[in-house]
Amino acid sequence: MSKLKLATAWLDGCSGCHMSFLDMDERLLELAELVDVVYSPIVDAKEFPDEVDITLVEGAVASVDDEKKIKKIRAHSKTLIAMGDCAITGNVPSMRNPIGPEVILDRAYIENATAQPQIPCVVVPKLLKVVRPIHEFVKVDVYLPGCPPSADTFHTALTALITGEPLDIPALTRFGA
Amino acid sequence: MTESAFEVKTLQIDGQEVSARRGQTILEVAKENDIQIPTLCHLEGLSDVGACRLCLVEIAGSNKLLPACVATVSEGMVVSTNTERLQKHRKTILELLMAERNHICSVCVANGHCDLQSLVQEQGVTHVRLPYRNPQLGMDASHERFTLDRNRCILCTRCVRVCAEIEGAHIWDVMGRGINSNIISDLNQDWGSSSCTRCGKCVQVCPTGALYDKSKIGSDHPKYPESLPYLNLMREAQ
Repeated sequence: MSKLKLATAWLDGCSGCHMSFLDMDERLLELAELVDVVYSPIVDAKEFPDEVDITLVEGAVASVDDEKKIKKIRAHSKTLIAMGDCAITGNVPSMRNPIGPEVILDRAYIENATAQPQIPCVVVPKLLKVVRPIHEFVKVDVYLPGCPPSADTFHTALTALITGEPLDIPALTRFGA
Repeated sequence: MTESAFEVKTLQIDGQEVSARRGQTILEVAKENDIQIPTLCHLEGLSDVGACRLCLVEIAGSNKLLPACVATVSEGMVVSTNTERLQKHRKTILELLMAERNHICSVCVANGHCDLQSLVQEQGVTHVRLPYRNPQLGMDASHERFTLDRNRCILCTRCVRVCAEIEGAHIWDVMGRGINSNIISDLNQDWGSSSCTRCGKCVQVCPTGALYDKSKIGSDHPKYPESLPYLNLMREAQ
């Protein structure tokens, strides 16, 4: 049996979900028997591949770059998993929504700058007015809440998805877990 | 004695034959018979207002859904508490609550001790299909012991009821209508300069992180709403 292609992506999140994923420890070796990790912040691939079986996405959509990325990811993934609260609810990144991005940028780049206070306009992608969960942009197949979802949650959920076993997510995890 | 027998009603809840006294609510009778109906604004020891609609049940022969916490039993009633239609409505109610204000579980003082968070998990809500409103809401930290965070408030009015009915101070109330409703102290003044008696009952009964004890900031913030029926019992015994 050929191995499934697994990808993970990192939008506006703290990388905690990826850390928790790595906390599967020795179980990652078992997982590596079943899947090839073809794209991820923890591997070298720079371009999202054309065909991926399962993609885990961490983080909310907060910038024009995130929006572009999530649309590309969706177009090339058979199963898309929203990984963690930021991807599902907006979570901590969305705490700027009630006050808007201008105030945040001012605080970071003008008020607190010690040299050359200026709002970046090149290289750094433009922020969206509001931070939104990924399902407001693309269809999501599986929602895995948690901040972050535990290593056990990842292990149980991924094993079930790879083998086609039934999966009861609310029994595993919740928002803020 | 012959009259009291007349007061007994028999009805069916989820296919189970049960008996009840006249005037009992469907929720009370269900509880007595170990039938679980999800609730949020209801709290043992306080009056019921039917604000959250989570306890809605179906009555055979009626197209109208009734809140079990305030609907009283009648003879021959056939009640269903967990149909597909009810599950759908309960999920939607919870999603509406999550989308209405700013509920960020991961950084909330009530994380792990929140009735809303537990219900969301129990009812199988893994994401909110509605767009988040992200309203700009204030906090009132003027009280020396407690904080009101309107971002987490679901307007269940447990605080209003406990303050009026149990403490007898009635400093809390609801101001405004619909989406603009808010919990206020006295005549919409700072909690710290209100006529609050500092008893803390409102904090104990708040189902979310909307009311919390300043000395207990952090994720370890359990509350003890189950003390209310005991308090009532002791008062009646006096």
